[in-house]
Amino acid sequence: MEGWDPNTKSTLTQIPLLTTKAGPRDGAAWTTRLKEEYKALIAYTQMNKSNDNDWFRISAANPEGTRWTGKCWYVHNLLKYEFDLQFDIPVTYPSTAPELELPQLDGKTQKMYRGGKICLTVHFKPLWAKNCPRFGIAHALCLGLAPWLAAEVPVLVDSGMIKHKDDATSTSES
Amino acid sequence: MEAELKEMLNDLDSLKQSLPDPSNLASSILKLQSRVEHLTKLAKSAPVRRTKVQDMSAEVVDSNPYSRLMALQRMGIVDNYERIRDFSVAIVGIGGVGSVAAEMLTRCGIGRLLLYDYDKVELANMNRLFFRPEQVGMTKTDAASQTLSDINPDVVLESFTLNITTVQGFETFMSSLRNKSFRPNKEGSGVDLVLSCVDNYEARMAVNQACNELNQTWMESGVSEDAVSGHIQLLIPGETACFACAPPLVVASGVDERTLKREGVCAASLPTTMGVVAGLLVQNTLKLLLQFGQVSPYLGYNSLKDFFPTMEMRPNPQCSNAACLERQKEYLLVKPAREAAIIAKMEAEVLSVPEGPLHTDNEWNISVVDDSAPERTDATSSDALPDGLTRELPAADEFQKFPAAEPATATFDDIEELRKQLDALNAD
Repeated sequence: MEGWDPNTKSTLTQIPLLTTKAGPRDGAAWTTRLKEEYKALIAYTQMNKSNDNDWFRISAANPEGTRWTGKCWYVHNLLKYEFDLQFDIPVTYPSTAPELELPQLDGKTQKMYRGGKICLTVHFKPLWAKNCPRFGIAHALCLGLAPWLAAEVPVLVDSGMIKHKDDATSTSES
Repeated sequence: MEAELKEMLNDLDSLKQSLPDPSNLASSILKLQSRVEHLTKLAKSAPVRRTKVQDMSAEVVDSNPYSRLMALQRMGIVDNYERIRDFSVAIVGIGGVGSVAAEMLTRCGIGRLLLYDYDKVELANMNRLFFRPEQVGMTKTDAASQTLSDINPDVVLESFTLNITTVQGFETFMSSLRNKSFRPNKEGSGVDLVLSCVDNYEARMAVNQACNELNQTWMESGVSEDAVSGHIQLLIPGETACFACAPPLVVASGVDERTLKREGVCAASLPTTMGVVAGLLVQNTLKLLLQFGQVSPYLGYNSLKDFFPTMEMRPNPQCSNAACLERQKEYLLVKPAREAAIIAKMEAEVLSVPEGPLHTDNEWNISVVDDSAPERTDATSSDALPDGLTRELPAADEFQKFPAAEPATATFDDIEELRKQLDALNAD
């Protein structure tokens, strides 16, 4: 964890760790794991809200809890940029992390694989591997998506690849 | 097209006849006529699909697509080349390595190929082999089937446009491997070998999971993100290390990792490195299926130094993959018999070469020690890796299991309740 800012570190230590090593094909064990995922996500969301650092919404898109959809946002120069967020729980979960997708940014940045999967290889995958099975969805958002947004959104805005939604409407109106 | 051109010639002819007097027009019409005739010739030589071939013949004639392959038999390299038509190979990932591997196996006359990919062909793929610019926008599986069936219509092609890491894609992947309609009396699964030609850890782990569950031998291949090194690895469930037994191995590039520029593009690629790795992969496949030469358990390729490290990896008795542990148990039961058979075979080979002792006396007990044997390591001992290989990811930390039963959490233990709680937080 060297190299991470103290804020992320202290947030991370407060997200409950998971204990059940089970993936979507593991029947009852997956249900147990899913409960742990919910508890961690609830704790993390509550923590963000009380620290005035709310930055995502995520919920299961199917009863099995294998597909998740929602939104995430990032504030840059006092403007809020919001993106759709989606991912599948892979069959080999939690040995492999979920591949977080921001479909609206597909093709707009090089730090992304096709389909809008964000590139996590360097900053996140080794951490996930080291902490399997204690890390879950909440940890992937905290350590994978949050730093990616912090690094990429300013570049995307400054290079004009993305525009703030008010900007976009005002130009189309004029 | 030929008919159209013929019509055009007729039109030109009548046009020429209807001209009132021989003029400049006539010469340009003549010029047009010769152009059309030339086009007609070109149209006649346009590609014709070859018909299917019933039996592989060793006859050396220009029209036999298999004469050079059957020659392997005549030269004593392969015992029975025609057996290749019985084999089914599944290729997961039809990218820079997988598409070239598919073409090589198709040209070798493999019986059946199963192709898996969910991507489309893009212009950005044109720095690699196989796909052509006019195929941009097609799914990689469709584009590959198109080219491969033109090259060799004898190969049975099945393509699956899906992502094997999703729950649904994985189920289809498993059932397609189990399907034995091609050779109903084959033992085990419906395929002889699975080749993993994917570009990410998640998909490799999914192939590993499927092959461990099906007890299916497979080969893994990979090219580094900086495009200058690669590797192939043979995985026999229970007998060799599985992909989850230890963090994956990569060929060290030999340059200081910190000096590598990692900003920007996620991955670089070269047709050369990918072609070499595809060649190594299919060569190992042919050796395994047709039983000739030595099949490599692991072969690395460092293109900067032209260095090829090899090694063998035993399975990890504490592997995190449950199916791998089951296969390990099964292998321990058959191992003594298998090893005895190998020793018996080796002894029979030695006996067949009558050879007296090289020297009748050996006063100093000098013996020759074979130092060419490949290095064997346990999957877990990362410090014992041969030169030029490193681990791509760290191993999972040991962690203490906390007593599971915590009565206080029981109130929150209903999944619907938890979902509602998260929804409530999401609502504002």
